[in-house]
Amino acid sequence: MQATSGSAFEQPASFAFDADSETEIAKIVARYPAGKQASAVIPALYIVQKQMKRQTGSAWVPVKGMDAVGARLGMPPIRVYEVATFYFMFNMKPIGKYHLQVCTTTPCWLRGSDAVTETCRSETGIKDFGETSADGLFTMTEVECLGACVNAPILQVDDDFYEDMDAGKVTGLLAALRRGERPAPGSMSGRQNSAPDGGPTTLNTLQFAPQGTVGG
Amino acid sequence: MAKVTIDGITVEVANGSTILQAAEQAGIEIPRFCYHERLSIAGNCRMCLVEVEKAPPKPIASCGYPVAEGMVVHTDSKMVRNARRGVMEFLLINHPLDCPICDQGGECDLQDQAMGYGMDHTRYAENKRAVPDKNLGPLVKTSMNRCIHCTRCIRFITEVAGVPDLGATARGEHMEVGTYVEKALGSELSGNIIDICPVGALTSKPYAFVARSWELSKTDSIDVLDATGTNIRIDSRGIEVLRILPRINEDVNEEWLGDKSRFALDGLKRRRLDRPWVRENGKSRAASWDEAFAAIGAKLKPLTGDRIGAIAGDLCDAESILALKDLLASLGSANIDCRQDGAKLDAARRDFYCFNTSIAGIEEADAILIVGANPRKEAPVLNARIRKAWLANGIPIGLIGTETDLTYGVTHLGTQPSVLTDLHAGSHDFAKILANAKKPMIVVGQGALARPDGSAILAAAWRLAAQVGALSHDWHGFNVLHTAAARVGALDLGFVPGPNGKTADAMMGGGVDLLWLLGADEFDPARIAANTFVVYQGHHGDAGAQRADVILPGSAYTEKSGTYVNTEGRAQRGFKAVFPPGDAREDWTILRAFSATIGKTLPYDTIEALRKRMEQINPVFGRIGFLPRFGCSDHTGPAGDPAVLSDAPLTSPVANYYLTDPVSRSSPTMAACVESHATPALAAE
Repeated sequence: MQATSGSAFEQPASFAFDADSETEIAKIVARYPAGKQASAVIPALYIVQKQMKRQTGSAWVPVKGMDAVGARLGMPPIRVYEVATFYFMFNMKPIGKYHLQVCTTTPCWLRGSDAVTETCRSETGIKDFGETSADGLFTMTEVECLGACVNAPILQVDDDFYEDMDAGKVTGLLAALRRGERPAPGSMSGRQNSAPDGGPTTLNTLQFAPQGTVGG
Repeated sequence: MAKVTIDGITVEVANGSTILQAAEQAGIEIPRFCYHERLSIAGNCRMCLVEVEKAPPKPIASCGYPVAEGMVVHTDSKMVRNARRGVMEFLLINHPLDCPICDQGGECDLQDQAMGYGMDHTRYAENKRAVPDKNLGPLVKTSMNRCIHCTRCIRFITEVAGVPDLGATARGEHMEVGTYVEKALGSELSGNIIDICPVGALTSKPYAFVARSWELSKTDSIDVLDATGTNIRIDSRGIEVLRILPRINEDVNEEWLGDKSRFALDGLKRRRLDRPWVRENGKSRAASWDEAFAAIGAKLKPLTGDRIGAIAGDLCDAESILALKDLLASLGSANIDCRQDGAKLDAARRDFYCFNTSIAGIEEADAILIVGANPRKEAPVLNARIRKAWLANGIPIGLIGTETDLTYGVTHLGTQPSVLTDLHAGSHDFAKILANAKKPMIVVGQGALARPDGSAILAAAWRLAAQVGALSHDWHGFNVLHTAAARVGALDLGFVPGPNGKTADAMMGGGVDLLWLLGADEFDPARIAANTFVVYQGHHGDAGAQRADVILPGSAYTEKSGTYVNTEGRAQRGFKAVFPPGDAREDWTILRAFSATIGKTLPYDTIEALRKRMEQINPVFGRIGFLPRFGCSDHTGPAGDPAVLSDAPLTSPVANYYLTDPVSRSSPTMAACVESHATPALAAE
């Protein structure tokens, strides 16, 4: 995790917030009372990551970006490094165009996350978690519970959840991404939100009494 | 107050104390790694687990658990022992078994506590984690596999030193303590993280693999590389000083030590004067003591007292200063001066040149004005005390002088001494803050005094102190911050020009024909007139020795028993740890021996007799280590007209913290520090 040891990538020489980021950061900093700007560090790091995505196509947080956050929020740089490295959501090195985040926590695993991982591997040529495909399009990481267990397994691409995945759906999704398309996120099995697959299965024969006729 | 029973001992402790503090009071030691009484509580090592009756039935970390009335605590029950064994087993999972080659071995908290709570075998068969070592600069060596993540170093650097360079990055098994982006630690107090590290993760780089702690003889002494008077312990083996560590003295240094004072000791072995030298026909040659004394005696004979002078340097012990003063007096000379930098210190009254508030007193102050000083570079340990007061009470601190990061919030009032006049006139915003303060402090640095208008600034600062109520019967808020360890002692002994005596400046400018330099190196030797015969008595071949006609090899502070008066005016005594090299002798004995060769034998044969005489001259030398605090009832200021201030900006006399005296200038470690601080961000690998 050390930025300076064994890094095979180059850190940009400088980083400055662009106009979009400035608007965002002003909005976030304004949420906190004077002297407590450090509270804005996590959203500010997201802003850096998004700006890198806009500017370089790769969503990650360079050291200079963390320094810029520290300078803006009046924090010593090391305090920003600590936060940024603590959370997996901040990529400390460049990633591919699409960030494939496979949930492998128990519910997803029971519902077939192994197949999702396997398909990601075979489709992209990535060998292990944390790697980027040779064409620079995909980076696959292993994440802990994404909180969508009811639609397990989940494959999160950048900020979007693709739910109810299986090998075939992953292949299709990756092919679409390669074509530059962004399929609508959500359940890939076609169900509505977390409703049962294939329509309602319970309470579908229940007749409700008209209002006002029960009780009293 | 709350009554707490710990292992059957009932103690009364202040409300809000932790169980661990209460146990200390009861005389029960609780093992700990992360807890440190001078740092914030982290509670992450879990070694201090205890059992508390009627509390949740689980082990409780005593370092962070406040006491309650009637609490009953067991620190050695079966449950406690089991819990601590469990913690120890976890700590040792990733800790390497390299005690035999670890510099911490023998003085390691983990090693000691593993004797009590460790197992004789491991149940852990998996791979240990490996952590790359960090490069923290030339002083602190890291061995990060040994780190147990107590975060003491992070808290010290952030809280006490105020230079937040260290942090814990990543998390869980991947957590690492370090700077993340490789760089040398920027603090002048960084060496203290070696002391507070409970394991061997942070050790001294220059001391790496030098000695084992049990081989060293330990001598109590006083640091002389700044004027704080830090209490130190000199660890030596044979003739070598191998290590210098701080001693605890709550009134002076708490338990901290500046990096220069800790690491400049390799300068004690280099460029040493180990035999007398005599210059004949422009060329120096090694000589015997008799020859050297004869050369000086011959030169001295035809001279009258007013053509003889002496300048005392910054590292001298009070004993040799008095011996030199007595020698000059016996020769009929009043040309003596200890202010080689030309500081316009007024020796008329003791509180004109002392740090009267005292170092511990800083914590009581409610406003501070710093004039022409950079305490961070001039006295880092004292600076940490100012930071402590600032952190605790958020006191306003004003600075007149070069704007710089002092590790605490400072209102920069300007660089020119005229700000003092504005403050006195009340036409400055900060004037109101000082006036409203109950216990204001004004700190005048040597940068404000060692300049032509020094006495005016001293007088102006005093006048301001009197005006804002810094001088009252129970509070003395006028302070002079010294940079030279010998200065206050020399002033206490009256080592300043007597009636019709010449100042250091006049003596150097040809005012005397024979000039005796007692370890005086802090000036350009070219200032000494060409036909002046210079005797240099000291321990390093520095500026003074290069100009000298006769060199008398003296002892460094580790090689003699000496008394030093720190900037507060606290007399403290250091003891001899090792012998001086070669023919070098303790300085007062050199002066005593020389006095006999010219028939002016000084009236003391033992250091005790000399110290008796010191005590007669000034009673402060009779109360070693003790500093009575006085208020100020006499508002008469030091000599000087507060009106004649120049426009020259105030600067600190310490341009480079790591190079201030002959010892640090001879030290390769200090040279490495200078280099790494010139380029703080070392090239990334």
